[in-house]
Amino acid sequence: MNEIPVLTIALLVPLLGAAIIMGLPATQDKWIKGTAATSTLVSLILSIAVLLAYDRAAGGMQFVETIPWIKDLGVNYALGVDGISIPMLLLTNLIGFSSIYASWNIADRVKEFFALLLILIAGVMGTFITTDLFIFFLFYEVVVIPIYLLVIMFGSTKRVSKEYAGMKLTIYLLIGSAFLLAGLIALFIQAQAISGVPSMDMAFLATLEYSTSFQIIVFAFMAFGFGTLLSMFPFHAWSPDGYAGAPTAVSMIHAGVLKKIGGYGLIRIALTILPAGAAVIAPIIAVLALGNIVYAAYICLSQKDLKYIVGYSSVSHMGYVLVGIAALNLISINGAVIMMFAHGVMAALFFAMIGNLYEKSHTRNIEDFGGLAHQMPKLTAGFMIAGLASLGLPGMVNFIGEFTIFVGAFGTYRVITILAISGIVFTALYVLRALGRMLFGPRNEKWDHLQDLKGVEMVPLVVLGLAIFMGGFLPFTLMDLITNGVRDLIAQIGMLQIGGLL
Amino acid sequence: MYEFILPNAWLIAFLPFLASALIGLFLHRWPNLSAGLSIFSIGMAFLISIPIALAVFAEPGGAVYEFSVRWLSMPGLTVDMGLLLDPLTAVMLIVVTSIATLVQIYSLGYMEGDPGFASYFGYQSLFAASMLGLVMANNFGQMFVFWELVGICSYFLIGFWFGLDSAKNAAIKAFITNRVGDFGFLLGILFLQIIFGTLSFTALADKVPAFTNMAVLVPVAILLFFGPMGKSAQFPLHGWLPDAMEGPTPVSALIHAATMVAAGVYLVARAFFIFASVPQAMTVIAVVGGFTALFAATIAITQNDIKRILAYSTLSQLGYMMMAMGVGAMTAGMFHLMTHAFFKSLLFLGAGSVIHAMHEEQDIWKMGNLSRKMPITTWTFIIGALALSGIPPLSGFWSKDEILLAAYSSGHMGLYVLGAVVAFMTAFYMFRLIFTAFYGRNTHGEEKAHENSAVITVPLILLALAAILVGFVNSPLMHHVFGELVNSPLGINPHPSLAIMISSSLIAGAGILLAWLIYQKELISHEALRNKFSGLYRLVQNKYYIDEIYTRLGEVLVYGAAQAMFWFDIHVVNGIVDGIAFLTGKSGHTLRYTEDGQVQSYAMYMVAGVLILVVLAAVAVESAVL
Repeated sequence: MNEIPVLTIALLVPLLGAAIIMGLPATQDKWIKGTAATSTLVSLILSIAVLLAYDRAAGGMQFVETIPWIKDLGVNYALGVDGISIPMLLLTNLIGFSSIYASWNIADRVKEFFALLLILIAGVMGTFITTDLFIFFLFYEVVVIPIYLLVIMFGSTKRVSKEYAGMKLTIYLLIGSAFLLAGLIALFIQAQAISGVPSMDMAFLATLEYSTSFQIIVFAFMAFGFGTLLSMFPFHAWSPDGYAGAPTAVSMIHAGVLKKIGGYGLIRIALTILPAGAAVIAPIIAVLALGNIVYAAYICLSQKDLKYIVGYSSVSHMGYVLVGIAALNLISINGAVIMMFAHGVMAALFFAMIGNLYEKSHTRNIEDFGGLAHQMPKLTAGFMIAGLASLGLPGMVNFIGEFTIFVGAFGTYRVITILAISGIVFTALYVLRALGRMLFGPRNEKWDHLQDLKGVEMVPLVVLGLAIFMGGFLPFTLMDLITNGVRDLIAQIGMLQIGGLL
Repeated sequence: MYEFILPNAWLIAFLPFLASALIGLFLHRWPNLSAGLSIFSIGMAFLISIPIALAVFAEPGGAVYEFSVRWLSMPGLTVDMGLLLDPLTAVMLIVVTSIATLVQIYSLGYMEGDPGFASYFGYQSLFAASMLGLVMANNFGQMFVFWELVGICSYFLIGFWFGLDSAKNAAIKAFITNRVGDFGFLLGILFLQIIFGTLSFTALADKVPAFTNMAVLVPVAILLFFGPMGKSAQFPLHGWLPDAMEGPTPVSALIHAATMVAAGVYLVARAFFIFASVPQAMTVIAVVGGFTALFAATIAITQNDIKRILAYSTLSQLGYMMMAMGVGAMTAGMFHLMTHAFFKSLLFLGAGSVIHAMHEEQDIWKMGNLSRKMPITTWTFIIGALALSGIPPLSGFWSKDEILLAAYSSGHMGLYVLGAVVAFMTAFYMFRLIFTAFYGRNTHGEEKAHENSAVITVPLILLALAAILVGFVNSPLMHHVFGELVNSPLGINPHPSLAIMISSSLIAGAGILLAWLIYQKELISHEALRNKFSGLYRLVQNKYYIDEIYTRLGEVLVYGAAQAMFWFDIHVVNGIVDGIAFLTGKSGHTLRYTEDGQVQSYAMYMVAGVLILVVLAAVAVESAVL
């Protein structure tokens, strides 16, 4: 229906940027950064355009592009977006754009850094806009390479070395993808056996009837694969160490969007194609999610390193997403999707602020600080916005996510949801204590030389802060879209439950 | 005229919000402009509130208008942003906007020269917007949104002097304690959504009374009450309010005495149709309120910090209001909320005037004889204290009397006696404060103090007039017009009793007299009394050591557990991961020896592998045949 392949352009522009950067001389810092900033800006504008141009009345997959690729496997280069993928696409580009500015002060091996970063952004974007299972998996594998290189080349060593962190991140990603691949192959073979045609088209695969036992086994494989990526308890160990070791931009992208591929995949692939399997496995996911929410929130209370706090806190918040998905109803899945968006912008803002502070002070230990609000009021505002969003304050998009998930999940899992809601108390406790320790209290003369945010350093704060408030004040802007997508999905799998009545 | 203004009532909350956004984003470099804009916006909100209140009050029994816009909606869940304009809302609008305006004007003088002058007004405007959004909310979802927002404004304003560790900690304590209450509140809201499929007050008011499954409704009502317990600082979630006095005094007056802390009482009134349908919940409310009233009054007697005395007094009075709600007297509770808002904000602003004049001194024993130098502050403060003590015909007399009457006539004799005892203690501790700080032999105050400028004293005088006069609206002299408008069909409105009026006035008088004998005439030595009951005195003065108990419990249960879990995560969860990686590496080393380059050994492995496969295939075929 569209003449211009918007999605392909959005996908290719960062790759083109990376190619240009590779061709530039390594000394041309300004040109390299400018290229990175421009290409991510183009993608961001295109994704906003997609958000606005998407025909909500019509619904379904739009901006569809299909080019046959591997006939024998039924693989097509197929792109398309609906109400679930558009928020993810937007999230990717909001964070991608901000991460360039959060890395503005990188001085060493600038060329390699930005080229890898752009490849990473394109890879993540690809997973969200494709409707072909094979392409999805391909992009998922593509992101592993830049992640590993960026962490070991540009990371930092604190509790664990950056090499350990990079290795851990990568191996977890690969283990997750191995299980995923096994699940995908089984699905492909079974689907071909049922329908007689090879296909990797997600929508087509979802129309077939698989046996329940098959669904359970394959769903379990996928739940493990995607769950690991989403740092589902007890497979979360990569997350805090990985973020701590990674450079700022990688932490932003990884916590902000990359791990959301796990949640997105669970909804888009596992749930849609294997609903009967989901019905059996979901309660297990819901119980494990409690491990995320409560256990990880508790651990945050004992942490001193800012990146560990946000790392564990992101493990904790993913628990809400998991509960939302596991409750298997329209409201809860709506909540899970908007929560992924909300957590993404919030975590990215947090990591951007931490990165900025670390760059200037060379420490991330909250006990080294105190009273930073005296010297750095703007940075303080950034930290407070991220922190308050994280504790689910109304007016911020994260509240919308939590509230919706709670309402949706409460109908399905009474006790689990009650325990999950207790997380709001612990989250508030660790967030306010850590930020209070660091930002408020008497002025610490030692940090008088620190400069507050200025110039391009403000970009992540403005862009991500705007997204947080927009989503919080005007939730219908995103939520109507998401409802659109989730409703189609649930109608397709025939499990429409509204709320859950007593 | 009313047709035009009513749907635009959202401006009441929006104007202060706009002011706060403008100050936060752009205007904070110009302090005076920020303050001016903030005061202008709240003043406009007050002016818009007046015709709205008149429109609502115009009809006998009060009119109800409702407007709403879609905010968050999907099949099965709808949260609107709406306006519910009824007499209850109208009263709150007038109370909040008028007191907020006076407090902000007062702040011009009180906060003069503070480096955070502009952001102070930004927060004040944000608070006003949130509070007004709260009182106009037409559903529980919106209520919760603004409920949390006033909480965060309170956090910012308590911690306004963020350079002080004490302010920072008090702010965190306030927010966390409220979060504990909100945890229950949110659960209650979720239950309502699941059971009734709506959060709208008007829709729920139709559905709840018809719902008879008490086994469900009792926990729901009690969970909902957790919210008011946190917000209105009822025992055992009371500890944050006295600490909240770390904030600037005008903040204490507006937020932590007159308006925000009363939101809990307001919520009980707003959702009275739920609570009143559940007798068990009403008992809980009455007992919690009564206990808080008594408990806090005892502490107030032993405190030496002028703001802390007033803070415990606020706790005690909030308990009074809750007790009224719990015995079914919704009108009396709301009436006391209104009169209390005026005289307690007057007392706090008076205390602020004293503190300002005494260069931040807050210990009443380091004051003394302030009346010589600060006549306006002294007289307005005394008016406030008389109103609070319940001396006729000041406002507190009418409202307190109604609460005692309600407790008595509804057959809650225990609560009536408790209320009378608290009334006595209230009069006593207020005049202990007055005789010590404003009169007496001690002359520290006289030496240092001076009367403040008009920007501080004029709000005091206006509030003093209100403290004298607002009580008449529910007196026989004005035919109980307040009660005609603000009431609930499920509530009780007993006939006034002269005996109760006289006895409660005498009780208050006795309290004042005793304070006069001890602290003015010094016929009874308070030092001797204190020494005689030193154990009890220390227990009470240290607030029954409840903070210490909480701190200790928190260290063990929260931080101890947190450390333990971190250990578990590093050594067990991570240990397993690293262990697997280690084993993989080791087995790689071991298996490497099989790659020895000898063709014979490869052939042997191959044969072994084929053999195994053959066996497996045989088994498979065998089982397939069977």
